[in-house]
Amino acid sequence: MAMGTLSRVVRLSSCIGRSRRLIFNSTQRRGIASCIDPAHGLSDEQKEFQKMAFDFAAHEMSPHMAEWDEKEIFPVETMRKAAQLGFGGIYVQPEVGGSGLSRLDTSVIFEALSTGCVSTTAYISIHNMCNWMIDTFGNTEQREKFCPELCTMDKFASYCLTEPGSGSDAASLLTTAKLEGDHYILNGSKAFISGGGDTDVYIVMCRTGGKGPKGISCVVVEKDTPGLSFGKKEKKVGWNSQPTRAVILEDCHVPVTNRLGQEGQGFNIAMRGLNGGRINIASCSLGAAHACVQLARDHLLVRKQFGEALSNNQFLQFKLAEMATKLVASRLLLREAAVALQESRSDAVSLCSMAKLFVTDECFNICNQALQMHGGYGYLKDYAVQQFVRDIRVHQILEGTNEVMRMIIARSLLSESG
Amino acid sequence: MSPASVFVCLSLTLLSDYPVIRVKPDNSGVVTDGVKHSMNPFCEIAVEEAVKLKEKKFIKEVVAVSCGPTQVTETIRTALAMGCDRGIHVEVSGKDYEAMGPLQIAKIFAALAKKEEASLVILGKQAIDDDCNQTGQMTAALLDWPQGTFASEVTIDGEKVKVVREIDGGLETIKISMPAVLTADLRLNTPRYATLPNIMKAKKKKIANMKPADLGVDMVSRVEVLRVDEPPTRLAGVKVETVDDLVAKLKANGTI
Repeated sequence: MAMGTLSRVVRLSSCIGRSRRLIFNSTQRRGIASCIDPAHGLSDEQKEFQKMAFDFAAHEMSPHMAEWDEKEIFPVETMRKAAQLGFGGIYVQPEVGGSGLSRLDTSVIFEALSTGCVSTTAYISIHNMCNWMIDTFGNTEQREKFCPELCTMDKFASYCLTEPGSGSDAASLLTTAKLEGDHYILNGSKAFISGGGDTDVYIVMCRTGGKGPKGISCVVVEKDTPGLSFGKKEKKVGWNSQPTRAVILEDCHVPVTNRLGQEGQGFNIAMRGLNGGRINIASCSLGAAHACVQLARDHLLVRKQFGEALSNNQFLQFKLAEMATKLVASRLLLREAAVALQESRSDAVSLCSMAKLFVTDECFNICNQALQMHGGYGYLKDYAVQQFVRDIRVHQILEGTNEVMRMIIARSLLSESG
Repeated sequence: MSPASVFVCLSLTLLSDYPVIRVKPDNSGVVTDGVKHSMNPFCEIAVEEAVKLKEKKFIKEVVAVSCGPTQVTETIRTALAMGCDRGIHVEVSGKDYEAMGPLQIAKIFAALAKKEEASLVILGKQAIDDDCNQTGQMTAALLDWPQGTFASEVTIDGEKVKVVREIDGGLETIKISMPAVLTADLRLNTPRYATLPNIMKAKKKKIANMKPADLGVDMVSRVEVLRVDEPPTRLAGVKVETVDDLVAKLKANGTI
C-alpha cells in the first residue's frame, strides 16, 4: 500500500478535520523501528516528556513547517502554546516560572520538537538559553522582572554576541558600554541575531573594560530603548521561521541595574551559556536526522525501480544501516554530554564541544543522504527532507563553528599535564 | 449534593497509525509484541472531559482506572499528567488478558464504581483496536445506571446530566440522573497536552494496585475466538465500455 504517497498527499492538504488523533501524516507516530527508538534508556518521566513533545511537534508544528519556511513566518502563537506546556524555560527555576528540568530532559524535548520544525525549535532553544542566563546570573530583581514573562513567552528573547568583525574570535568584540552615572551608553553593532527586531529582550555582550575576555560584560537591553535599531531582515537558506537581523546600538542608554553579574563577567556568562546552547542545537540536529531516517526508510519501502522496491537494494540497505548507526551513536554522545553538564563534571565543556561537533556533522550527513535516497523527489519542496537538510546545515556553523569545537577539544587534550 | 468522584476508565490500544498490523501465523489473533501501545484516543477525550468537569467545580475528584498488564500504568500516568487525581490499576496479565473482553472489563469497572461510590463513570465510546463499543453499555447495565453514550456534549445540571448524543439521525439530547455512565465520542472535546509541570506532579500521585479477584470478578470468557484472518486481498476490477455492458455484467454476477 502506498503509505508514503498517502502521507505526502495528506501533508500537502493540511490537517483533516478535528480528528487530530487519526491523522496519518505525522513522521513521528509511524511505527518507530525499535533500534533507533529515541525512548530507549530514558526514565518513565522522561518518556512522558518526550511523548508529549512528539505529540506537540506532530500536531502543532509539522503541518505548518513548510509554510513557515516558505512565508518566513515567526510562529508566535504556536510558540506561546509551547510555552503553556512549559517549554519557555525548560531548565529555568520553577520559582520564576520555569520547569526546573535537567539538561538531559531538555535535550530529549528539543530532539522531539525538532521533528516538527527545526527552525522554530532552534529559536525556542535560544530563547531558553537567554532565559537561563538571567535566571542564573541575574539578581532577584532582574529574575523577577524578566524570567516569568520569558517563561510564558509573553516576551521573547535574543542573544547578541557575534559582531560583523568578531565571530569565532568572540572575545575581540568591539561594542562598547561607557559608564555614565547610573547608565551604560552602548555603541556598536551585532550581526546574525536570531529573532532580532521581533523580540523584546536582548542579552548583549559589550565591552565595559579593557581588551580581551576580561573586559566584557553582559547587559539586558529592552525593546524600544532609544538607540536600539535593527538592520534588514536577512534572506537565509534555512531557519526561515525565525527572522535574523543585525542589532544596532547608537548611544543606547541601558540602566546599570540591567547588567547581569559583575563587570568583566560577561565572557564567562557567554561561555557557560554556550555549553548548554551547543547541546540544544545538537539536539535539534538529532531530531531532524531521526525524522529523515524514518522518511528515507518509508520511501525505500514504497518506491520501486527495476521491478522491485528500493528496500531490496543492498547498497541502500547498507546506507540506511549506516545512517541508523550514526544516529544512535550521536544520540548517545549527546545525552552523555547533557548528563556531564548537569553534573558539572570536569569533562563537561570538552564533551559538549565533542557532542556539538560530532552530532551536527553526522546528522547533516544523515539528512543529506536521506535526501539522496528520495531521488528527484528529495529536491522538491513538497517533501520535508529538503527542509531538514537546509535547516540543520547552519548548526555546523553557529554556537561556535565546528572548527572552534576542534580548538576547544585540542586545547583540552594538549594542555593536560602528564 | 455535588458529585464526589468521577471514574474515567481507560483502554490501552495498539498505536493508532501503526502502518502494518500482522495476523499471527496460527490465526489466533494479531501480533502485539513489539508494537507500540498508547491510550485509546476516545479514552483521552473521556479524560479531558472529566478534568474539565473538575475544573468547572462540578466534581471533586477524578480517578483514572485501567485493566491490563504492567504496561497499562504508563497510560494511567498520562491520565494523571492530564489532570486526574489518582489512579487504579487492575492487574490482568497472561492468558486472562488475552481472553479479556468487554464483559469482563465491564464487570471490573462496575465493581469498582460501586466500591468507590463513583457518581459518574466516563469511558471512550470504543477501543480502536477491537471497535467493540460494548464496555460502557455493559457497565451501565451491570450497575443498573442510566447511560449517555456517544456524547458530544455533557452538561451537569444539579443531580442530572444533560447529554447530547451523536446518533445516525443527527443529535439527540437526553437528561439522565446520576450516578450514570457516559461514553465519549470524537467531537466531545480536544484533549489537552500534558504540561511539563503536570507530568512532574503526576509522579507523586498514587496508583493503587488490585486484582480482579479482589473485586470478586470472575474473568472467565464466554466468548472463544475461533480464527482471525486478514481482510481478503482486493481483486482487480473489470473495465467496461458502455452502460449496457455494465448492466449485463451485474446481471450475470447475480448482483441485480
